[in-house]
Amino acid sequence: MSNPLAHVPVLRRLDPAVLTAFGCIILLLLFGAMRNPNFLSPEYLLLQLQVGSFLAMVATGMMLVILLGQIDLSVPWIISVGGMMSTAAVGWGPWGATFAIPFGVLCGLIFGLVNGIGVAYLRVPSMIFTLGINAVAQGFMVVRTGGFAPQDMATASMHDLATGRLILGIPNPVWVWIIVGGATVFMLRRTVLGRAIYAIGNREIAAYLSGIRTQRVVLAVFAISGALAAFAGALIAGYSTKAYQGMGDAYLLPSIAAVVLGGTSILGGRGTYLGTVAGVILITLLQSILSVEQIPEAYRQLIFGAVIVAMLLLYGRGAKVAA
Amino acid sequence: MTDQALTTPQTSDWRYWFGEQRGTLLALAVFILMFAIYTGNHPAGFSADVVTTASNKGVLLALVAMAQTFVVLTAGIDLSVGFIFILCNCLASHIVVGTAIETALGVIGVLAAGLACGALNGAIVIYGRLQPIVTTIATGAAFYGLALLLREQPGGDVNEDLADFLTNQFPGGIPASAVSLLVVVLVIWVPFRKSMLGRVVYAVGSSEPAAFMSGLDIRRAKFVAYALGGLLASIGGLFITFVTYTGEASLANANTYTLNSIAAVVLGGVSLFGGKGSVVGAIFGALIFRTIGDLLFVFDLDPLWQPLFLGVVLLVSVCLGSFRLIRIRNRLDLFG
Repeated sequence: MSNPLAHVPVLRRLDPAVLTAFGCIILLLLFGAMRNPNFLSPEYLLLQLQVGSFLAMVATGMMLVILLGQIDLSVPWIISVGGMMSTAAVGWGPWGATFAIPFGVLCGLIFGLVNGIGVAYLRVPSMIFTLGINAVAQGFMVVRTGGFAPQDMATASMHDLATGRLILGIPNPVWVWIIVGGATVFMLRRTVLGRAIYAIGNREIAAYLSGIRTQRVVLAVFAISGALAAFAGALIAGYSTKAYQGMGDAYLLPSIAAVVLGGTSILGGRGTYLGTVAGVILITLLQSILSVEQIPEAYRQLIFGAVIVAMLLLYGRGAKVAA
Repeated sequence: MTDQALTTPQTSDWRYWFGEQRGTLLALAVFILMFAIYTGNHPAGFSADVVTTASNKGVLLALVAMAQTFVVLTAGIDLSVGFIFILCNCLASHIVVGTAIETALGVIGVLAAGLACGALNGAIVIYGRLQPIVTTIATGAAFYGLALLLREQPGGDVNEDLADFLTNQFPGGIPASAVSLLVVVLVIWVPFRKSMLGRVVYAVGSSEPAAFMSGLDIRRAKFVAYALGGLLASIGGLFITFVTYTGEASLANANTYTLNSIAAVVLGGVSLFGGKGSVVGAIFGALIFRTIGDLLFVFDLDPLWQPLFLGVVLLVSVCLGSFRLIRIRNRLDLFG
């Protein structure tokens, strides 16, 4: 066994990449605490988890897609679709406000299904097909809003879901993250769908020959990714009280970075949800520290890029080419 | 196998040549058709001014798409290409000014910067053994940070004599930008494609283990491909400075050019799986993409509907390759 932790029973099952990611989180926390004592206060950390839970929704869907060995670049505008369509539903009669969030998620699900059809059945590379869906989703939103920022405000329930603290003083989005995360872990580890996702990510043709209906699995995963991105959009709209064009632009690269920093292989088939949780916390803390330090945007981008490369060089390196 | 056999294709075997260039020729045909419809319906008709304007706009995306092609041929992807483009735009708005000698030094500086950015990507991907997609996402953020450092606010200047010379017409109404693009192809792409290095890049893209087993220097070839990609993105950055006379660290532009370069590459018949296609195809892919936008303008489509229409056209055109699925007899070929 090359894993140095193999002799410790509890740690044996943990991926070294995930451990490194958590180690980096602790380093970031220590660094933040040295700069500012308030950094370790429960209030501040809960706030980070609350903001991070929006990214976590997107990263959960992205992780499932990446586990297949695919990528979903349609996330930015599906987030906007989720936000804008759920706020738009409010204007459509008495049922609108009640079903605002489900309606937004449904719209994202539909775009996700189209993604899945393109990738699974038309066999178009996911990188280019989801890019096209991103453009189409943007087109729909531009047509719908007439090119202006929509006036639609988030409903009270959306606002509550994104900012309230219903149980134990923990922000509601964190509870949402726990539920979605728990469901994802259960799905990945205990269901046929989850095992099929890993199998397809390792080698689709082998999974197909083992009797897995691989195309349906790919379709389902892209639909889940679309629905989760739209759900994140509804949450973000609730958090900032309104939906706006381009609200998802800031989530594509961090979501991919979070998944990869969490030790999930970009080639698919390998990765744990715990790693993605670590990746999301890592990215959120990094962004938070950079903004708390009041570093100019230019240096923030530089540091962000450099840190991601440095961390990946630490534990994300691929194998040497060999026959 | 001798060096001779690797570098000179069999000229008599035109079928093989046609098979290899099919994507490029198809893109060329589609572009000519679309451009004919465009100029035929343009109020000013097929005039030198219309062609020059179209050429100036098209060359920008064409250069970025060429940059993307170099990396895609190795079966990689460069999501930082738009950011190198923007960074070089900001740099050019600082240093491509003044006397002829200063301007020349400035141009060399911008090209060197682009080359360095591409080389950095290549070094991380090859020697750091990270995946291209995540590497270039991260370096893209860093390049954008540098661009912001250079130009917090849009502004700056450029040598206007040079800019006007390269964006106007040569005698006979030939757009200077199109000639520049041709020069870039002849000076960079043709020697590269003919060289051993270029052959190795195609081999790496087709099958990296096979190239490795054949004893080819795959690392050097990939490194050169990434570096040349950066160089071409910097030429694009120079050109947008000549067109706009300013530098701007625009995140929207960087993202748009990156994404459109992928679309252009695919439209131009370059395979995202690597090893297939050419820079010439990518140029026509870029020109097709630009002409679609111009066509919408000529046919007076409501501007609100243009993004949706452009998206649907992009989506449909990338699905055209799916017709090959009808011919598949063995279902296992689906996963090939």
